[in-house]
Amino acid sequence: MKFTAFTSQLVPLPSENVDTDQIIPARFLKVTDKKGLGDNLFADWRYDSDGAPKPEFILNQPEMRGRHILLAGDNFGCGSSREHAPWALVGYGFRAVISTSFADIFRNNSLKNGLLPIVVDPDTHQQLFSLVQEDPGAALAVDLAAQTITLPDGRPVPFPIDGFSKTCLLNGVDEIGYVLNMSDKIEAYEAARGW
Amino acid sequence: MDKPYTLFEKIWAAHVVAQEPDSPAVLYIDLHLVHEVTSPQAFDGLRRRGAKARRPDRTFATMDHGIPTTPRDLPIADPLAAKQIAQLEKNAEDFGIPLYGIRNLPDKQGIVHVIGPELGLTQPGMTIVCGDSHTSTHGAFGALAFGIGTSEVEMVLATQCLLQRRPRTMRVRVDGRLQRGVGAKDVILGLVAKYGIGAGTGHVFEYTGPAIRALSMEERMTVCNMSIEGGARAGLIAPDETTFGYMAGREFAPQGAAWDKAVARWRALATDDGALYDAEISLDADGLEPMITYGTNPGMGMKITGRVPDPDRVADLSARNALAKALAYMGLQPDQALLGHPIDVVFIGSCTNGRIADLRQAAGVLKGRTVSPRVRALVVPGSAQVKRQAEQEGLDRIFKAAGCEWREAGCSMCIAMNGDELAPGQYAVSTSNRNFEGRQGKGGRTFLASPLTAAASAVAGAVADVRALI
Repeated sequence: MKFTAFTSQLVPLPSENVDTDQIIPARFLKVTDKKGLGDNLFADWRYDSDGAPKPEFILNQPEMRGRHILLAGDNFGCGSSREHAPWALVGYGFRAVISTSFADIFRNNSLKNGLLPIVVDPDTHQQLFSLVQEDPGAALAVDLAAQTITLPDGRPVPFPIDGFSKTCLLNGVDEIGYVLNMSDKIEAYEAARGW
Repeated sequence: MDKPYTLFEKIWAAHVVAQEPDSPAVLYIDLHLVHEVTSPQAFDGLRRRGAKARRPDRTFATMDHGIPTTPRDLPIADPLAAKQIAQLEKNAEDFGIPLYGIRNLPDKQGIVHVIGPELGLTQPGMTIVCGDSHTSTHGAFGALAFGIGTSEVEMVLATQCLLQRRPRTMRVRVDGRLQRGVGAKDVILGLVAKYGIGAGTGHVFEYTGPAIRALSMEERMTVCNMSIEGGARAGLIAPDETTFGYMAGREFAPQGAAWDKAVARWRALATDDGALYDAEISLDADGLEPMITYGTNPGMGMKITGRVPDPDRVADLSARNALAKALAYMGLQPDQALLGHPIDVVFIGSCTNGRIADLRQAAGVLKGRTVSPRVRALVVPGSAQVKRQAEQEGLDRIFKAAGCEWREAGCSMCIAMNGDELAPGQYAVSTSNRNFEGRQGKGGRTFLASPLTAAASAVAGAVADVRALI
């Protein structure tokens, strides 16, 4: 699937070090496909012990519905390697997460699922949280081709991404197909090592 | 003189299959370990593209995350877990991958990061991956080993390669000597408490220094296991006589002349004098005490004699909020001591501390003592082989006589997917690796510590300092 530019309001989740056990608790990993994980995104923060939505949790606030950008605290996605975390975020409807940093495995997993991890500097990060606090309806435009998020006042903020990941996202490249096409190189490597 | 290289650089350079400009390297993977929870969607992907597993001979599967630790002749009560296990059996059979399961070769089943080393599959200089973040464990042998997601599991199955950007290197120097009652778990908890859980992001750790050299292989695995808790996907320790001594004679280790050749090759892997790291951090073993966590990530740890920090004295706003939130979840007060804090459960096991050396340590404390009547103590061997070895040594009898449950091998209460879990509000001293909210069961509260501390706490019915007992 190709990653296209979009504009969305934000869901602010200021906690730092949100681990993948919070994004999708382990008891929901007993699946053999990717279906339905979005329903259990942030399950233990989102639902009480009877399964009823906790009204105070941000995702349960009616005006947050349909938003595609998660504005998260530092070191988002730390902990387990479960790809169920980006599957749950994408399943819920998120297309980008903005933070000051992401855990390595989570970032890799996100890029392979069309979920864009956007790293901003601490000042911009703080500005974005202030922006949402002042105007909960404020929207950002996310343009991967230009590598910018554009603030409501029209100011573009650049973000870094490596060229390969960018190309793969924009063109919907099948990375496994890309490496499968290198099979002669892989064979040559194995032969050279006698492996 | 040749340019000096680090251990990491040597392994990386030996595994690059292709490197296009501005692209990640195509990195060859020598050993791929597979378990039931992060692989089903990857095998489905292979089927959809009509691909085979490229090197089933370099791929090994086991089941650990979701399997019950109750006697193996009982049926699997959870239909979802049973389905995942049956799916792995089918996938292994369809793709020709060796499986150490509860029905196939059950004598060798176990936690993926315990069986790799004990079978001799894990070898110095290899690249090793698994759909599990604690794959960093295997770095204890001087192998570049890291966790991957399920899309990457599919890529490795299909191509035996991964697209990887080269990480930076960080030397972790541990000087001095560990004191009585202080072990490998305290080293890594001390390190993560000192530098935080994001310190290693983008880096591979290499642990060096006399305190690391003095560790056994089991202890080195404990340290490397929790590299990911410091943010590093991989942690390395250069192979040496301790490594070779552990590996010699294991099922998949080279034998005879091939062994001698391999050892010569492995000796050359150590970081050359004068090689440069991108960053360096350090820890003093002499000053280390038994560690315990008080919060909801592994970096929220302190000396066991310490007091819980006060959010009001934390300058950074988001760190202050995080600490206050953690203490509220844990039901703890600022400045409170943890020694003497009542507990409900003790969990001894996991890929961090479920090896024979860990069980020997715990048994040493529990021998001739009794678990407090208020505590449920689970001892879960890391593998079927560990279980057998422990039973040969009589450790199971020590645990049972003390009042512990002696279980079958699996991840068990470390990830609480298999029915072994804390009830809401319960406190556990756990030898596992993560104290995240709900990690050991929804609403459960985890104090991470060493096997010695866990055993001492089981006896006391409260967080206890093992140094009073040994």
